Amino acid sequence: MYAYDELDRTLINERVSEFRDQVKRRLSGELTEDEFKMLRLQNGVYLQLHAYMFRVAIPYGTLSSVQLRRLAHVARKYDRGYGHFTTRQNIQFNWIKLAELPDALADLAEVGIHAMQTSGNNTRNVTSDQWAGVAPGEIEDPRIWSELLRQYTTLHPEFSFLPRKFKFAITASAHDRAAIKVHDIGLRLHKNAEGETGFEVLVGGGLGRTPFIGKTIKPFVHGHDLLSYVEAILRVYNQYGRRDNIYKARIKILVHELGIEKFAKEVEDEWLQMRDSALAIDDAVIEDIRSRFSYPAYEKLPHMPEELKKAAHDPLFERWRKNSVFTHKVQGYSIVTLSLKPVGGPPGDATADQMDAIADLADQYSFGEIRVSHEQNLALPHVAKRDLPALWKALDKIGVATPNINLVSDVIACPGLDYCSLANARSIPIAQELTRRFANHDTANLIGPLHINISGCINACGHHHVGHIGILGVEKNGEEFYQITIGGRADENAEVGTLIGPAVPYGEVADVVEDIVEAYLALRARPDELFIDTVKRLGVEPFRERVYATR
Amino acid sequence: MPLVKGGKITADTFVPVADDAELPGDGAILISAARFLGDAEALSRRAGKLGVVWPNNRDVDDLVPWLDRLAVVALAFPSFRDGRAYSQARVLRERHGYRGELRATGQVLRDQFVFMLRAGFDAFEVKKESDAEAFAATVKRYSVFYQPTGDGRITALHRRMQLRHSESAGQ
Repeated sequence: MYAYDELDRTLINERVSEFRDQVKRRLSGELTEDEFKMLRLQNGVYLQLHAYMFRVAIPYGTLSSVQLRRLAHVARKYDRGYGHFTTRQNIQFNWIKLAELPDALADLAEVGIHAMQTSGNNTRNVTSDQWAGVAPGEIEDPRIWSELLRQYTTLHPEFSFLPRKFKFAITASAHDRAAIKVHDIGLRLHKNAEGETGFEVLVGGGLGRTPFIGKTIKPFVHGHDLLSYVEAILRVYNQYGRRDNIYKARIKILVHELGIEKFAKEVEDEWLQMRDSALAIDDAVIEDIRSRFSYPAYEKLPHMPEELKKAAHDPLFERWRKNSVFTHKVQGYSIVTLSLKPVGGPPGDATADQMDAIADLADQYSFGEIRVSHEQNLALPHVAKRDLPALWKALDKIGVATPNINLVSDVIACPGLDYCSLANARSIPIAQELTRRFANHDTANLIGPLHINISGCINACGHHHVGHIGILGVEKNGEEFYQITIGGRADENAEVGTLIGPAVPYGEVADVVEDIVEAYLALRARPDELFIDTVKRLGVEPFRERVYATR
Repeated sequence: MPLVKGGKITADTFVPVADDAELPGDGAILISAARFLGDAEALSRRAGKLGVVWPNNRDVDDLVPWLDRLAVVALAFPSFRDGRAYSQARVLRERHGYRGELRATGQVLRDQFVFMLRAGFDAFEVKKESDAEAFAATVKRYSVFYQPTGDGRITALHRRMQLRHSESAGQ
């Protein structure tokens, strides 16, 4: 965990006080809605279909139990008793009153949580691997660098009014759980031939209307130069990014139009003029940040404790353990993923009571720490293996032990037309229907890892382009239709999915997904060939045939 | 629009002169970038102070040869949403060492004052009277800064390092 100190707390409180003044000026009419819009967006406040929506940052996905309890409090006191975890390590509240927002922010500020830059045309919440610091084999804890970037990007005086939003993601593992290739800047921590640690910098990835996979702009940037290099990229983007057309304003379009070589040269020219500026970071600064992360005092524990051997006789426990428990870098410990995808539930939602209970379990079993994943699930990152059976029972009791992590019912979905003013179609009911169709664990397990992503509009908050099966809601003559893509992925081999054919009406989406899955079961070379690999090998044609032959 | 300079509402001694209007023989004037670059040599030798209004989509490098002869560079915010002039300001101050008045003009609201000051602006043509009056209070809103800029304010990162050193020295 990272501990905010007096300086961080002061800044957050100053921000709350500024926003309180801005809300007051809006309510008195001194600020027009046009002027206020940008200011509220910079504080995570959207005006949605039914009410204001409030998006709170969970920097690099790490939460303390105290913070999670406070989120539960906000859900209970200012909203309708639940929150929605999003694909960008944020939590959203959907029913909040504008006049109460400054109080909600002040309550969150007391525990070091804020909503700064969770929306608006600025650098957004920095996201990272939800297993940061506990993943076996990672280069180092990427959260040290994420925190450096969090500070650097917060209230940046040059980049708070960019052409469009701007997202960073960072990973330090070979297997990318942070989807860095679909972010404006993706950072991969690695070691070069000399054994030095630094970053591969990718730029121009993103989804939405025009999806792009990020391109490598520089294979190695030393940690000392990270901020100056990032500042050079942002400055070039701020100057040359298009502002004439909102759909062409993201950095991915600039990179695409200039070409990565030309863009990289612009950045290099800018960077060489400032790399030795005050942005150069020395080791002492990095060490200071590192020193403010605390790590659990792990015990020396056996690899296979008696409690686990005994519980292995319970097939329900074993089913959950095989699906939801992952290898930890420390022997005797595990990473446990909590599914926020119960059968028939809206993906990513948690009630205030669940949040409180998870906070208590984190205190009891995970050194008070919780993680949030971009797949809209939670994780307890440091669970002693001997505690797994007891933890499982407790998680099951509150409904977050559905053993479907990475399986077909672990659906990622945006809020869609049920909440969002941008959406053209519903997402949540489709996700709910799919979790019911694939509720049988044995069937889902037979199918194996398969990610379904659903977005209710072209903005792609549900990351449909990079779903193994992607579902995009569109509107045709006042009715909801859905385009289906297959073959997308968001990991280190990220790809944008391919459309399999004409959009299908709302009522047929679940059937089409079932058809695709059945086609895969018939087509796969071996039982362990993943869906995504079968699509890669065969292309979309056999799937298209199966889906459209009878439609 | 009220002009805030040195933290106070001040009378603007610079007279804006349109591109097709005749230039006064002396006195402080503010002219467009196009007019200035059309005859920069002569204009910079003219009696009276000279200021240039620089558009936010033109490279400030074109202005660099003349910086020491300019009393004012006014950078434009055609909309408060358009942040290009923040980059121009920092490049002028931090890279090219411009020391004259750097004026923010256009859609300048109180909610941008801190960002503008940090980017190097020291004069503000403020859109609303009430915002201009609130200048002194508004710019004191923040006491912690995360990024180094040319304004010389110490960042939180370095402040912590200092605190740590003074603590260890005191032990």
